[in-house]
Amino acid sequence: MPKLTIDGVEVEVEPGTSVLQAAEALGVEIPRFCFHDRLSVAGNCRMCLVEISPGPPKPVASCCLPAADGMVVKTDSPMVREARAGVMEFLLMNHPLDCPICDQGGECDLQDQAVGYGAGRSRYTENKRAVAEKALGPLIKTAMTRCINCTRCVRFAEEIAGAPVLGQFHRGEDAEIGTFIKAAVATEMSGNMIDICPVGALTSRPYAYRARPWELTKTPSIDVHDALGANIRVDSRGREVLRILPRLHEGINEEWIDDRTRFACDGLAERRLDRPWVRGADGRLRETSWATALTAAARGLAGRDVAALAGDLADVEAVVALRDLMDELGSPHRDCRVDGAVFDTSQRSGWLMNAGVAGVDEADILLLVATDPRREATVLGARIFRNWRERGLPIAVIGPAIDAPYGYDHLGDGPDALDRLARARTGFAKTIKGAQNPMILAGMSAFRRPDGLAVHRALHEAAQKFGATFNMLHTAAGRVGALEVGFVPGPGGMDCAGILRDAKALISLGAEVSAPKGCFTVYIGHHGDVGAAGADVVLPGSAYTEKDATYVNTEGRPQRAVRAVAPPGLAREDWTIVRDLAAALGKPLSYNDISARIEAAWPHLARWDTVEPAPWGPFGTAGPVDRVPFAAPKDAYYHANAICRASPTMARCVVAFRAPNSEEAA
Amino acid sequence: MKKPYDLTADYQPAAFTFANKKAVEEAIARYPEGQQASAVMPLLWIAQRQHDNWIPRAAMDEIAKILSMPPVKVYEVASFYTMYNLAPIGRYHVQCCGTTPCWLRGSERVMAACAEAAARAPDGLFTVSEVECLGACTAAPVLQVNDDTYEGLTPASAKELMALLEQGIDPKAGDKQ
Ligand code: SF4
Ligand code: FES
Ligand code: FES
Repeated sequence: MPKLTIDGVEVEVEPGTSVLQAAEALGVEIPRFCFHDRLSVAGNCRMCLVEISPGPPKPVASCCLPAADGMVVKTDSPMVREARAGVMEFLLMNHPLDCPICDQGGECDLQDQAVGYGAGRSRYTENKRAVAEKALGPLIKTAMTRCINCTRCVRFAEEIAGAPVLGQFHRGEDAEIGTFIKAAVATEMSGNMIDICPVGALTSRPYAYRARPWELTKTPSIDVHDALGANIRVDSRGREVLRILPRLHEGINEEWIDDRTRFACDGLAERRLDRPWVRGADGRLRETSWATALTAAARGLAGRDVAALAGDLADVEAVVALRDLMDELGSPHRDCRVDGAVFDTSQRSGWLMNAGVAGVDEADILLLVATDPRREATVLGARIFRNWRERGLPIAVIGPAIDAPYGYDHLGDGPDALDRLARARTGFAKTIKGAQNPMILAGMSAFRRPDGLAVHRALHEAAQKFGATFNMLHTAAGRVGALEVGFVPGPGGMDCAGILRDAKALISLGAEVSAPKGCFTVYIGHHGDVGAAGADVVLPGSAYTEKDATYVNTEGRPQRAVRAVAPPGLAREDWTIVRDLAAALGKPLSYNDISARIEAAWPHLARWDTVEPAPWGPFGTAGPVDRVPFAAPKDAYYHANAICRASPTMARCVVAFRAPNSEEAA
Repeated sequence: MKKPYDLTADYQPAAFTFANKKAVEEAIARYPEGQQASAVMPLLWIAQRQHDNWIPRAAMDEIAKILSMPPVKVYEVASFYTMYNLAPIGRYHVQCCGTTPCWLRGSERVMAACAEAAARAPDGLFTVSEVECLGACTAAPVLQVNDDTYEGLTPASAKELMALLEQGIDPKAGDKQ
């Protein structure tokens, strides 16, 4: 292992480490623009110059220089300082210096490094070049004159997003970034280019001119738009969430988030339920007070067989309270699988992503069953793409063909393909039998069918046979948490399909479903969507940015969402609504501290950010599987939940990126 | 002046196929297994020679397909080098060197003379462009018409040269002094 000296300190590093990374390990900061940990090395900005001996008497770019034994590196010698000031002067030569009207101002690498390493003034007196703006869709605003041609965005599009449509064209002074032809940057990861662009060339269009970074309150939280639980930072001012940024979590989202997570936040200010509503005798919903609404709810529910549904965005706290209320009422009719998926809930390993999100990196073969990771869990899709691109991960698909950046074998459309695979001896079957870490990833579409239980069993058998991990990819952030606390039909209870057919009274925790005719429905939720429209009593709850709440992701990792802003109007935290409803029904909950209640019954849900492994055991019910092909995964990426449907930005995306077979209507 | 490229213009043909498949295969075979993308430059050159001295978008897309690389990578290479023409170009591509040695020996005036002659000539005959060093500095100033180099020029000899070309007479390449 090479041993080198950086600024007088000796350090030993792994072979292949660059001088820049070695310095970083020591805590020595080297300025950079083009270098990015997760992208290939381009070495084109020259900001990272250092002095090396032995070697030629000139500064060297440290990001693309492998550390070698006996190297002596100076990162702050007069030569280095002069070289960096020179590079900075060149970079700023054609830069418009329009910081006062630039959204990157205050969080701009170019600004910071100009202050830290620049010469303070320019000697350039000629005309500056100007570059035409590029059309990069409704999410990214460009100001290409500010671009310093670091090519981070180009490398991101190709290496992480798997959409190689950006490039650097022409040369010298004419060099510019773009797509050259009229091409959409068709990726659900595009917002990350805003983060990695070190200058203000790519900025957020929806956030344009809304705020300066120093005005914002930054709250670390968890995303709920898919079931991965990406770590996010919620930036708010007053009661308004202005933007969402990614937060580093190596096990889940690394440092990326997808566009829905980032840009749907403007939906938090639209179509909100900010006061209780009760349906009057004339059949119309009317605004009212909490007291009246709770009384009306209690009166409507009393004496009926009450069922309950937990929607896709329900937090663990509210689900636990609702479950306890249902127990008090003695009703077994409850379910959280509101999309109609049918699978065995008795075995924890039957509904978790057992290998974990990061497990995708270790997989040496992957079988996708009725799932489209790119749209159902975008950041996970990026991991799959990386494994395929860097290590040639063999991938096969059972179910409808998907539009993915990686290549795959299409083994068949329906569950019978599993059977064929088990019996085959060549091709993919052979590879999977010889693999060390095979992984089966099954999406919700595999279970949204009458023979869901049999499919579940067939997948269990396939996992057994191939020695593969079984992984369920959920799409709803609240689903796994609800499964963890057993929010599934009790003995003799109806499941979601049964409830939607026969229920006489229903408490819906944000479930966007239409209750059966004549069913008295109490809706607790935050957006005026399908669920609220058909309800008899609407109790306004909080969105994920407005409450301290627990969500469990698809691998079974409990995480904490943190209240960043207050809920609007009279809206309240969901579990307290359930508590008050219970009191109004004369069945008060026996506790006041929901966290203590959860910790006592499900201690692993109180160990945040730790995955409790699930013991492997049989799941599903043996039985005939239908030959009917799996349905296509719901391609409603930009319209997946009530928040997205309320978001003007998501509506613009639907129009801009409309896929030919998408269910999304403009 | 060279025409600015326009990859959606109506002069762009819908499709492109290489006439000389053998030349293409030979170019690819020159690079080691797995490095076929390196053949992008020779292939662009073959396409340009085949197609009236300019490369249509269809050809770049075809090359991307042959070398299994994203089309955008081909566009990057093609737009980087001045020797690739991405829009229709005159029958005679007059490339005047403007680099220091030629410039010291009066290339600006030579270039002006060429541009003036080209402006008077019928459309589609000449495209005059400024290029970097043509590698014949000893005989500066220098210009190149299609494949031939003309050396030691003066504004007068450049004009003469353009006149001959305009009449379709092939002037003798080499030193004009
Ligand atoms: S747009 Fe930003 S990320 Fe892309 S090359 Fe320019 S400066 Fe770099
Ligand atoms: S960071 Fe090293 S050259 Fe850009
Ligand atoms: S400078 Fe003109 S040929 Fe070299």
